[in-house]
Amino acid sequence: MSANLRVKSSEFIDETHRISFKFNGKTYYGFKGDTLASALLANNVHLVGRSFKYHRPRGIMTAGSEEPNAIVQVNDNTNRTEPNVRATEIEIYEGLEASSQNCWPNVNFDIGGINNIISPFLPAGFYYKTFMWPASFWEKYEFFIRHSAGLGKSPTEKDPDIYDHRNIHCDVLVVGAGISGILAAKNAAKNNLKTLLVEEKNELGGATIYQNREFNKIDNQSSSDWIKKEINELKNIGNLEVKTRTSVAAYHGYNYLLARENLTDHLEKKDKNNKVRQRLLKIRAKKVILATGALERPLVFNNNDRPGIILSTAVKKYADFFGVKCGEKNVFFTNNDSAYESALCLHNKGIKVDAIVDIRDNSNSKIVKAVEQAGIKIYWSHTVVDTNGYRRLSNISIMRLSNDGMTVTGKRINISCDCLGVAGGWTPAVHLFTQSGGKLKFDEDNDVFLPNKYLSDQISVGSCNGYFNLKEIINKLSIKLKEFLKIDQTDFDNIAIESEEETPKRNIWLLPSDKAIGKTKPFVDYQNDATAKDIKLALREGFRSIEHVKRYTTTGMGTDQGKLGNMHALGIIADTSGVKMGELGTTTFRPPYTPLTFGTIVGRNVGEYFDVFRRTAMNDCHIENKAEFENVGQWKRGWYYPVNGETMHQAVQRESKAARESAGILDASTLGKIDIQGSDASEFLNRVYTNAWSKLAIGKCRYGLMLNEDGMVYDDGVTTRLGENHYLMTTTTGGAANVLAKLEDYLQTEWPELDVYLTSVTDHYATASVCGPNSKKILKKIFPDLDFSNESFPHMSFKEAKINNIKCRVMRISFTGEHSYEINIQASFGKSLWEKCIETGKEFNITPYGTETMHLLRAEKGFIIVGQDTDGTMTPIDLQMDWIVSKKKYDFIGKRSLYRSDTMREDRKQLVGLLTDNPNIILEEGAQIVSELNQNPIQMLGHVTSSYFSPNLNKSIALAVVRGGKDMMGKKLFIPMEDKTISVTVANPVFFDEENKRLNA
Amino acid sequence: MFIINCPYCGERDQQEFKAGGEAHIERPKQPTELSDDEWAEYLFMRKNIKGVQFERWNHAHGCRKWFNMVRDTSNDEIKLVYKMGEKPPLE
Ligand SMILES: [Zn+2]
Repeated sequence: MSANLRVKSSEFIDETHRISFKFNGKTYYGFKGDTLASALLANNVHLVGRSFKYHRPRGIMTAGSEEPNAIVQVNDNTNRTEPNVRATEIEIYEGLEASSQNCWPNVNFDIGGINNIISPFLPAGFYYKTFMWPASFWEKYEFFIRHSAGLGKSPTEKDPDIYDHRNIHCDVLVVGAGISGILAAKNAAKNNLKTLLVEEKNELGGATIYQNREFNKIDNQSSSDWIKKEINELKNIGNLEVKTRTSVAAYHGYNYLLARENLTDHLEKKDKNNKVRQRLLKIRAKKVILATGALERPLVFNNNDRPGIILSTAVKKYADFFGVKCGEKNVFFTNNDSAYESALCLHNKGIKVDAIVDIRDNSNSKIVKAVEQAGIKIYWSHTVVDTNGYRRLSNISIMRLSNDGMTVTGKRINISCDCLGVAGGWTPAVHLFTQSGGKLKFDEDNDVFLPNKYLSDQISVGSCNGYFNLKEIINKLSIKLKEFLKIDQTDFDNIAIESEEETPKRNIWLLPSDKAIGKTKPFVDYQNDATAKDIKLALREGFRSIEHVKRYTTTGMGTDQGKLGNMHALGIIADTSGVKMGELGTTTFRPPYTPLTFGTIVGRNVGEYFDVFRRTAMNDCHIENKAEFENVGQWKRGWYYPVNGETMHQAVQRESKAARESAGILDASTLGKIDIQGSDASEFLNRVYTNAWSKLAIGKCRYGLMLNEDGMVYDDGVTTRLGENHYLMTTTTGGAANVLAKLEDYLQTEWPELDVYLTSVTDHYATASVCGPNSKKILKKIFPDLDFSNESFPHMSFKEAKINNIKCRVMRISFTGEHSYEINIQASFGKSLWEKCIETGKEFNITPYGTETMHLLRAEKGFIIVGQDTDGTMTPIDLQMDWIVSKKKYDFIGKRSLYRSDTMREDRKQLVGLLTDNPNIILEEGAQIVSELNQNPIQMLGHVTSSYFSPNLNKSIALAVVRGGKDMMGKKLFIPMEDKTISVTVANPVFFDEENKRLNA
Repeated sequence: MFIINCPYCGERDQQEFKAGGEAHIERPKQPTELSDDEWAEYLFMRKNIKGVQFERWNHAHGCRKWFNMVRDTSNDEIKLVYKMGEKPPLE
């Protein structure tokens, strides 16, 4: 097939630069400047895909980003493959491979096409109604649905491309570089406003650039010549940045817009490498000018979806801009004058136009007269009632339309044609306007929604604001720009414009056929295969809200968001239910306007930059020690330190034993540290912790529990009194930022009278925790001058000390139950401190241990971990920590809530210990606990929160929360698992050294 | 994405701020004197107005100061910001 459908050469196509590409495995040729769509049409390829539900053959319908049908998979089976790309937007390059979607085994013979034959049984809501019942069959249905449906294939390999983000601040952002956008940007920039002009296509000038209507003149030149001169002048304006191939995806409040700049998609493979493929522009504009244009509407009639049925202006663009004729036998079908313009343009290029079918009864516009003079047959008051041709349109049937437009009369006239250009009028592209929060109003005269109320500093100009006549567009633009930009004049204030008056369109949302509606297929949403019939069915079944009709029929829910058909859907709903369009409103247009790749969204935040993480000052030592790491909050913490190929279990067992038998060392730098100063610091702590703080002596430490105002445990940690008005609070690793924020909140908003200052010092100190019976000996060697006697340096106290003149804070505190010290040093010396401890502790076999061993050791002691043993529903009473809740204090955060009837219930989940009857079975954390096995339904009492095999007790231990657990000591409970039921006994959560003898050992 | 005029720092991007819920709900001075219902009213009940709403905001990634904002939740227009402790405007 070497059909050449090129007509007279086009200045936008470089015929000296031939490009080969593949479509569905077959090689074709096009020229530089072609889109995939124009190149396929030039090769007489119309059938490019199958529809989503009925698998009907579909062709190219448009020449822009609104394309619903011609969506293809690009570069399938490569790491650069991308689904759902619009063929009308792909600029061809040497080596491009594209393939149809939604068809198996191929586009010409498609198994799913059977759906088209059985379609009477596939009405709106079919998927909801059928496949949902019986529920157990869903898995079987799903298999078939997934196989025969789906929109393309997502890539399975790593994306080789680079993506980027850029922040842009400008005075004026102009969206769309048609005639309005170009004039607006030029005049803004010339008036010393920093201006950015973005255009989704690769060239400026919109439709005007290939506009050669003899009836439209600016300054006595053709409008295309005139706009080319204007575009040329843009280059010389200093504070204007122009970005093509840049599509605005989202328009948020406060003039914050996201745009995707496409940089390499049009390049050959070899030129793509090591370049940024797409850049997300985050634009903050003081003023926004929307010049997004208008989209031509199709017409809704029976079988209006065949390949070869194309929007009239797209037929014109393919001829004028790309130099491609869409068919040999062309017919237009219209409700307004614009099809005549397309017809005339084809005629002037020597492309035969056989007829125009117009639903109006006449039009006396100049352009219509010109078409008549050209000898093209016009059928007034006629409508298309049916079309034929499976893979390509072959003929249409037309009939006379009744005066009310509801029925057809007379005989069918058959017209043979392979291209039908449809023209249903224009829909202003108000998508971005509504995204910004703008409200629309319905213009009854023209059946369009137009921008009405808006908050941010913006205007809509040109056809997106409902102006379709050149003279009107430019005159209104001049007035609006002066007011919006506060400038005295524009450089086109007094320009001479000639443009013709048009005869209004005749709007009929759903055109009648001689067949009953039930026997027709008038498509409203091409991509999702929703017909007018489906919409009517939804209304019959009681759906009223347009949002509901949309979801039930899936109208407007494709990747094109129904850019072509939404207005018809609304119109049909309004007509059928007798509601006015203006009262019906529209569905919501959500970002993005056209699909964005994930790459663009995440930009450089991939791989190791996916999330920020923090490392402690001692991190290098852990890496040297071959630690395995775990993420805690944003921190990378040493998890365990395997030696000689140990498993995690083996390593943790060894570390745990070493810490209790001789000495262990933990990097505790990640604990949150808040420096608290001020004359009311003690009073402040009294209010934020459940226990009393006023009497804590200087140099002493105390454990504190912090609640939320609802009485639930929020955080815990040890706080040390460093001076009269000076405390150092520690928090959990993950809770540090939230605790600081919460404390600031209370200080600033509830207790501004308190003289207290909070500073986060988490990163300022590195902390080594040395524990075990030999810890004191090690510390003595590190700090030879310090008195480590129990009298001078008892448990829960603190001393200032020095290592080689570097100040340290040494706290004698313990999270393991062992005699233990925490040494805090300026973070920059953290690594030296760790090395010093290891060096000094060598003779005592000091063993580095990670978070897993820390968790195990504290579980042996029944110490909770906030966030593991608690989940925001546990009070201190539930945790059996009544001892830490002051009865004397009048108030503290959360106190009142501890006396609410709900928090005082006896049958709340309470923290208990669990021992498995078989001491070798380790419970699964999260496992559910029951007391009766033969209940139906079985009642869940709670779940396991922490579980380990204790090497020091040589048995499995667990902590759990159990409904009414406090009173179940010694009771047998069961943990049903998939393959077995484990019996356990409720125990004291303190499993090890209940008398705390080891703290002073 | 709002631009918020922090009363201490000036105009900044919304991502520097954290919303803190309804404003002008004072923590009871004597919680123990309250009935369960009264305490629950303070603890749980918040307005969720479509329209003009008084809110607390925190310049979390800036000066860390809390302040008040009057915002129309239907269109996100920020009508006013004012410091903690200052009286809310009557309207
Ligand atoms: Zn601030």
